[in-house]
Parts: sequence; C-alpha cells; structure tokens
Amino acid sequence: MNIRKSFISLLRGRTSQSRKFFLSCIPPLLAIFGFFLSCGIVVHIRGQDALEFYSIILSSGFASFDEFGYVLFNATPLIFTGLAVAIGYKSGLFNIGCEGQLYVAAFAAAWIGMHLKLPAFLLIPLCIGSAMMAGGVWGAVPGLLKAKYGAHEVINTIMMNFIAFALMNYLVTSVYQEQGQMIPQTPQIHETARIPRLASFAPFLPESNPLNASFLIACGCVALSYIFLTYTRWGYELRLVGNAQDVAAYGGINPRTVTVWVMALSGAVAGLAGVAEVMGYRYRYLDSFSAGWGFTGIAVALLGRNNPFGILAAAVLFGLLNKIALDIDILLGIPRGLFLAGQGMLIIWLVSIEGISRKTERRINS
Amino acid sequence: MIFELIPSALRMATPLGFAALGGIYSERAGVINLALEGIMLIGAFGYIVGAQGSGSTWIGLLVGISCGLAMALLHAVATVTFQAEQVVTGIGINILALGITEYLSPPPEQVGGLPHWQLPLIGSYSFIVYLLPVLMVASHILLFKTPWGLRLRAAGESTEALAALSLSRAKWQYLGILLSGLLAGAGGCFLASEVHYFTKGMTAGRGYLALAAVIFGNWRPLSGVSACFLFGFATALELTNRWNIPGQLLHSLPYILTMVVLVGFVGTSRPPASLGKMKS
Repeated sequence: MNIRKSFISLLRGRTSQSRKFFLSCIPPLLAIFGFFLSCGIVVHIRGQDALEFYSIILSSGFASFDEFGYVLFNATPLIFTGLAVAIGYKSGLFNIGCEGQLYVAAFAAAWIGMHLKLPAFLLIPLCIGSAMMAGGVWGAVPGLLKAKYGAHEVINTIMMNFIAFALMNYLVTSVYQEQGQMIPQTPQIHETARIPRLASFAPFLPESNPLNASFLIACGCVALSYIFLTYTRWGYELRLVGNAQDVAAYGGINPRTVTVWVMALSGAVAGLAGVAEVMGYRYRYLDSFSAGWGFTGIAVALLGRNNPFGILAAAVLFGLLNKIALDIDILLGIPRGLFLAGQGMLIIWLVSIEGISRKTERRINS
Repeated sequence: MIFELIPSALRMATPLGFAALGGIYSERAGVINLALEGIMLIGAFGYIVGAQGSGSTWIGLLVGISCGLAMALLHAVATVTFQAEQVVTGIGINILALGITEYLSPPPEQVGGLPHWQLPLIGSYSFIVYLLPVLMVASHILLFKTPWGLRLRAAGESTEALAALSLSRAKWQYLGILLSGLLAGAGGCFLASEVHYFTKGMTAGRGYLALAAVIFGNWRPLSGVSACFLFGFATALELTNRWNIPGQLLHSLPYILTMVVLVGFVGTSRPPASLGKMKS
C-alpha cells in the first residue's frame, strides 16, 4: 500500500514536472512565432510577396545537407557563447564579456598555431588549451574583482570587452599583421593546427561547406556542461551559490571562490567560439571577426532557458535565422538589418514574457 | 599643448556627457540602463533622417530626440511594467536599434550641423556643447536639492519610503527612463550633427562608456560629467597622438581607469540601493 502510494505520488510529481516543462516552452515558442509573423508583415508592407518570403524561410535551412551544414556552422559559436552565459547565470553571474573573451582566445589560438610547428595531435590540443586559458583569464579578472572588491561583473566584463577589442586591434594591425596585406589579419596558422572540415569525412556535404569538427566539440560541450551542472559537486556548488548564497556559505562553500572559478570557466567556454573561428574556419585571426556572438549568446542562453540542450536548440535556431537573413538578402533584397532588429525585439519579448510570468507567480504565491 | 586638445576633447565629451546624465536619471530611479547605446544610435539616426527629410536641422533634433524617447519608452515598458531583466532588455534594445538603423539606413547625403555659437576665449562650438554644463548643474540641483529629486532617488533607494508617501515607484521609474531617452537621444543628435552622416553603428560603444562614466562619477551629475571630460581628453590624446603610443592602447585607457576606480573606491562608490531590483 505504502509503495503504491509513493509510486503514485512519484508519478504525479513527474507529470507535474513535465507539464511544467511544456508550459515553460510555450512563451519562447510564442515569441518565435510572433517574430516570424511580424517579419512577414514588414515584408508585406515593403510591397513584396510575403508567401514567397515564407517559402524561402522554410526551404532556406533544410533544402539540402549543404544548407543545413551552413545552419550548424552558424550555430557553432553561439553554442559556446550560450553555454558560457548559462554557466555564469546559473551561479547568479552575468557574463556580458563573451565577446572580448572569444577575441582574446581566438588570438591565443592563432598565435600558438602560427608559431609552433608540431604534429596535429599535440598542436590542436595546445591551441585549444591556450585559447581556453586566455578566455578564462579574461573572464576571471571581473570575477576576481567581484569576489575581492564587490565590483559589479556587468560593468567590468563590458570594460574588459573594450580593452580586448583595442588590444587585439593593436596586435593585429601593428605587430602580427600579414605582410603586404591591407586586411587587418594575421598570417595563416599551420596545417597541423587546423580542425578538419566535416566535408572531408561526410560524402553528403560538398567540399565548399564550412561545417567543421568544432561543431562536434560544441555538442560534446553541451553534454559535458549538462553532466557538470547536474551531477558533479562543482556544478552543485555553482547552482547553490546562484540560488541561495547564504545557504551555500553555511554549507561551507565560499561564494567568492566560486565566483572566480565560474567566471574563469565561463570565459574559457566562450573562448572556444574563437577557436571554432580561427582553427575551424578562417585559419587565421581576422580583426573584429565576430558578428556579436557574445551578445547573441545571451539571447541563446535565455531562449534555451539556461539548459545545455535547450541552448543547443536555441543556437541552431539562431544559426537558421542568420542563414535565412543571408538568403532573403540575396533572393529578395531585404537587408540583414530587418532580421537583426527582429532578434532584438525577440530578446525583449522573451525577457518581458519571463518577467510577467515571474510577476504572476509571485501574485499566486502571496 | 593641453589647449590644443580642448576642442576635440569637448566634442568627444559632449555626447558622452548627455548620455551619462541620462544614465544617472535612470539609474537613480533604480533601473539599469544598458540601452543608452541603442538610444544614442537611434537618436543619431533620427537626426540625420529628420534633417534630410525636412531640410532643417531643428526638425532633425526633434526627430532624433523623439526616436530616443520611443526607445526609452520600450525599455520602460519592458523593465517597469513587465518586470523584465533590465540588463538583457538593454542589450535587446541595442541590437534592435542596430538592426532598425541598418535596415532603414539613410542615404549618404551630407546633413548640416547644429548652430554654432562664438564665445570669447573659448571658441566656436555647437550650442549643445554649452548646454551640457548647464544641464549638469541643473541636474545636480534637481536631484539633490529638490523634493522632486528626492522622490526620484527614493525610487532607486528605498521603495518603502515611496510607499509610505503613497507614491508609485513605477511612475518615477518611467520618468527616470524617459529622461534618459531624452538626454541620450540628444547626445546621439549631437554626434550625428558633428559627423554630418549616418554610418552603421556610429556610436561605437559610447553608450557603454557613458554608463562607465556614471559609475565612475558615483551616480552624481557633477562627477559623472567630469568623468566624461576625462574620457574626452583620453580620446583626444589618441587623435593627436604625438608620442607614438599606439592609439588603441590610449583608447582603452578610459576603460582601464573605470575598472581601477571601481576597485579602488569601492568604499565611496555606492550604487542606488535597489538598482536593478524588481518589485519586492
């Protein structure tokens, strides 16, 4: 009897949990739906065929493996930055510095890749490791300043972004610029420092497709982050500090220490977005290569509800959005700005919906 | 040597100063305003579009400020009415402004500047430049010497005090954010009026720098705007650059300074008590 009772309650608990999950999925889906709807309206106002617009949207990412490859390629850096933001967010830290962290990391990878001539099995891990280290240091500084002096990490990560932009711009235009080139970029990295393209394994992808193994690394990071956050002691500490700092401190966890290593970890993961660019795609460091990935990562984390698998889905969605933006620019002549504006609006809607639901929840509870 | 720098320093500091004053009003009312960047950008855009459309720079100024106000209103609705996460909303607005201005980017036609006033000893500057010190002092008096300012600050410090006076926190927060839209929008207009063109993302992080100045100046108008002049000088140094110091390193000087100040003056640097907090 007792067993039966507990089983039923377990079942009930389970159903309400999954119901809660489905309910929590509705607002983001509504926001995305509203986004596409309003884009269609704008296209109609422009005097273009909204139906053609929607048919391009539907075919844009899924017409062939090649197209889908581009979507996943676009998604790769966003997976990393989304995870980085989520890792910080789970412990109550807001890392807006992903943009700077990924630049510093990208440069570190490019520098090692240019200067060391080693076999691939040594050089690739070394490049990735140094990139993560650079990104981690860039993230740890605001963490340290917060832990030690209580300086707000939002301001300091923004400041570190600007310092990174300036420093990298200096390095790439004044010190390491490729000889005889007008473009602010470094020379290419060695062949052995390059992450292979998936087209060289997968026969269904054409040679030109830029999708590379850094996407697989990103998927690995998603799984690892999930395990790390859910099942390890450190993940538990991280979440506890985010949810109840006093409880954490009472339980013998030093929130300050956690702040520092969480920011370092977040920076290191954000740095992998730079790795994907330098080692997987461009094979060199190009000045200001990122299209705001660090900032889009915030939206990705938000849309994915800070769950690693949710982030994977959200990043693929944003990758798709970017692909669509490119296609409608080429096919319909609609400037990319429309989609950028849409992304901004989408972010505002998402946070607003979340704010409202928090507000109503509070009202119900009280 | 220093005197040579003053003109360009003033021109650099003015848009920052306006945005910083705006940021102070918003943050004193308890709302983090990362949207300053987007508000400035849309203000600059509005100025150029308005001036191109009507041929009058005054109309341009009006359109620019209205655009800034509209963006600020969006921020206010999301953060105050819907209680959305303030930092994320701000970033969303910045992306939105970047997208709108890229999508509707005005033709590259040159637009006139705002009227310049010639003053003895100082030189000839846009009247907006002279307006900044006036607004700075006025804001100081308004915020710290009047009951009105006390109430606005109460929205950011102590919600209970406002509630005891049966005043609505939301109303004061709306007011603070809209003022920041007005001021940052005007800052964007000034920027565009000096450049005469609209270019994609022309604010280039000035909104974030203004926010840094707010914190640097401890959320006070006098010291906040002074911080902007300091940043203006740092940028002017970068432009003249006679010691062969890499410009980019000088460029990062204001940011490093801000971080140092945040660390060193933590005892005196105190944000409004309920800054960024949702309704309790």
